[in-house]
Amino acid sequence: MNKIVYKEQLSNDIYKIIIQAPLIAEARKPGQFVILQDGGDFGERIPLTIADADTEKGTITLIIQASGESTMLLTSKEVGDSYDNVLGPLGNPTELDNYGKVLCVGGGVGVAPMYPIAKALHNMGNEVKIIMGARNKDLFVMKDEMRAIADELILITDDGSSGRKGLVTEPLKELCEEWKPDVVFIIGPPIMMKFCALTTKPFGIKSYASLNTIMIDGTGMCGGCRVSIGDDTKFVCVDGPEFDAHKVDWNNMLTRLGTYKGIETEKKQECLCELKQKNEAR
Amino acid sequence: MHITREELNKTAEDILSKYDGVTLTAKDRAGIPVQEMPAQDPSVRITNMEEVNEGYTEAQVKAEALRCLQCKNKPCIKGCPVGINIPGFIAKAAEGDFAGANQVIKESSLLPSICGRVCPQESQCQATCTVGKMNKDVNKAVSIGRIERFVADYVRENDCDVAPEIKKASGKRVAIVGSGPSSIAAAADLRKAGHEVVMFEALHKAGGVLVYGIPEFRLPKKLVQHEIDNLKAMGVEINLNYLVGKTRTIETLMSKDGFDAVFVGSGAGLPKFMNIPGENLIGVFSANEYLTRSNLMKAYDEKHSRTPLWESKRVAIFGGGNVAMDAARTAKRLGAENVTIIYRRSEEELPARVEEVGHAKEEGIEFMMLHQPHAIVGDDKGHVTGVKVVTCELGEPDASGRRRPVEIEGTEQVVDFDTVVVSIGNTSNPLIKQTTEGIDVNRRGNFIVNEETLETTVPGVFAGGDIVLGAATVILAMGQGRKAAAAINAYLGDK
Ligand SMILES: Cc1cc2nc3c(=O)[nH]c(=O)nc-3n(C[C@H](O)[C@H](O)[C@H](O)COP(=O)(O)OP(=O)(O)OC[C@H]3O[C@@H](n4cnc5c(N)ncnc54)[C@H](O)[C@@H]3O)c2cc1C
Ligand code: SF4
Ligand code: FES
Repeated sequence: MNKIVYKEQLSNDIYKIIIQAPLIAEARKPGQFVILQDGGDFGERIPLTIADADTEKGTITLIIQASGESTMLLTSKEVGDSYDNVLGPLGNPTELDNYGKVLCVGGGVGVAPMYPIAKALHNMGNEVKIIMGARNKDLFVMKDEMRAIADELILITDDGSSGRKGLVTEPLKELCEEWKPDVVFIIGPPIMMKFCALTTKPFGIKSYASLNTIMIDGTGMCGGCRVSIGDDTKFVCVDGPEFDAHKVDWNNMLTRLGTYKGIETEKKQECLCELKQKNEAR
Repeated sequence: MHITREELNKTAEDILSKYDGVTLTAKDRAGIPVQEMPAQDPSVRITNMEEVNEGYTEAQVKAEALRCLQCKNKPCIKGCPVGINIPGFIAKAAEGDFAGANQVIKESSLLPSICGRVCPQESQCQATCTVGKMNKDVNKAVSIGRIERFVADYVRENDCDVAPEIKKASGKRVAIVGSGPSSIAAAADLRKAGHEVVMFEALHKAGGVLVYGIPEFRLPKKLVQHEIDNLKAMGVEINLNYLVGKTRTIETLMSKDGFDAVFVGSGAGLPKFMNIPGENLIGVFSANEYLTRSNLMKAYDEKHSRTPLWESKRVAIFGGGNVAMDAARTAKRLGAENVTIIYRRSEEELPARVEEVGHAKEEGIEFMMLHQPHAIVGDDKGHVTGVKVVTCELGEPDASGRRRPVEIEGTEQVVDFDTVVVSIGNTSNPLIKQTTEGIDVNRRGNFIVNEETLETTVPGVFAGGDIVLGAATVILAMGQGRKAAAAINAYLGDK
């Protein structure tokens, strides 16, 4: 179970990993995620969105950015290895509908979870435009897949190395003004989602953001994933992960995400050293 | 002054030799002092996660068993939620026949090593014990739980537990949702009846609250694992990482996977918050999160665990139950300098087990009784800096019979803290209800069941434990698991 059947390095620290998980492949819907735990008793539980699934082969696709200690260890595994624990599918599926004009904004690895949503919306007959943003051209993931389903694909990079130079909020604002989408889906780094929400708000366009908070169990048991949505506190793992982007208290979410920053940087350094030693030993 | 296990053992040996061959009157028996539980020295134990209680010595068990009067009317049994034959097993223990004592316990309870440690005996069997009445102090009743614990540990360590007999295959399949005490009990009894039993647990370890909630220093995880291993040895299949309702629904389990009946023991795993300002600041945790990080994810082992912990110096715990005590004592062990329990009633009303409160005090936990938190305050970085509390006094009794706390006007003050753990209880997780058509729940979200059979409003689906009772106890959960198993056996027999 949970065996890695395919692994591809998409960029410097981003990997596409396909694992066997037949029940999850069968049950999952766009917008849902899994929790991975590996490394015996001491491994951390890491939430990861399901980027794609193949029910026939019984596999799910994950896009993992090795940004911290645990994700580095997850991505250091090879084809044939297995993960100890994979739980899912978790969270509520995206509300798919015939909206008409749909605008999807994906930033960084956020493009991966956006893919199944955009694909489903496209298959339902929506007109789908996609904005993909990244720091530079090497950090784009799933570009070809996205191109195949988009009515228009807009690429934008911080440094202009591919597509437009700038931030995703710029084409987002233009499209809100000119194209007037019926709904906007936003997935990416929290700070990007915050500014996308601020961008669409004055237009009164319904906007959904998929939140990636700290999680442990993913079943509603710990409350570690809670965020303020309007006047309510919600648990992202069971009430989300998608919420009305205009109601999310972004500043609170951003500070909560930073809870363990100090400790994590320390651990990441230690882990980098360890992995390096391991590689040198090989 | 800390008394060591050796010293306590010596006292017990003296008692035993004093009464050797002597015929004891009821008064003699009741007059024998309570055998204290040997425990790690408080100053040492707050630096480790190992079990606080070390368990009786053989001499202590025998001395404590001497205190039992073997009452004709057996009031202790009436106080036990599962009706263990208490004088029966104590008589065997007095003779040193621990395997026999275990057999008596196992007629009614499946998890004595766990219940002996975590049951609130002072409000159950020991509350009704004659010896306690004679001494006019419930804490001087026969220490039934400590004897039970010894017996269970003895048979485990000496490998002389009763091997369960498994009837021939019935050809029926039963799914068990969750792996807490209610599920463990139901699975064991159903398997014994010859059914194929498959357990589905959402987390990556089986045991429910026993593994993710109750800390190692109170209930060593190897004991829980022992019970899980027993289930496996009996042929129960355990599927971890399987969230019923999401991975597959109950309906699919029954229609596609061929399960003839389902037992739901999904617990009360939804943490309550106070809904006061500041609860989403950094440094505020539910007790579930705090304890899960430490227990299930082993974050107390900072060197090895990859799950981080928030560093705390001054920790406020809201609430006064077992969960609050566990969170407080965990915080202490994780290095907090000051840990304060904030509870709105007085010490008398603390719902936690007496032993837990006593241990917490020995460990230097502070008790701020008769205070109600009004808000959590933070700095410009969003970190907790304090708790705004108001002083209360006790007024008229409320619906629960406990005196209602009344806030005293003008007593608001802010006390400095950098961490808050909200431990005011749990409600039931709505997932199964949301994903199973026809399940009816009450106002609090607990499943509505037939009181005799514990069958839910969906035919063939039974439930027990905290999902039915609301956050309750291990023994009640276990009792319901067994009751439901009996009903499922009947249901499958008729089918
Ligand atoms: C910190 C703490 C301390 C406590 N101390 C004591 C004590 O000292 N004495 C005492 O008697 N009681 C104590 N209790 C209460 C006691 O632990 C519970 O009453 C008891 O564990 C309930 O058992 P259960 O079988 O109903 O469920 P739980 O033990 O809650 O187990 C439920 C299990 O089901 C799983 N689950 C839930 N939903 C699903 C799903 N959809 N699919 C698959 N799996 C699912 C959960 O992950 C969990 O593992 C304490 C509780 C806590 C939290
Ligand atoms: S009530 Fe107390 S003294 Fe009487 S039989 Fe029970 S345990 Fe023994
Ligand atoms: S991750 Fe624990 S409640 Fe959401």
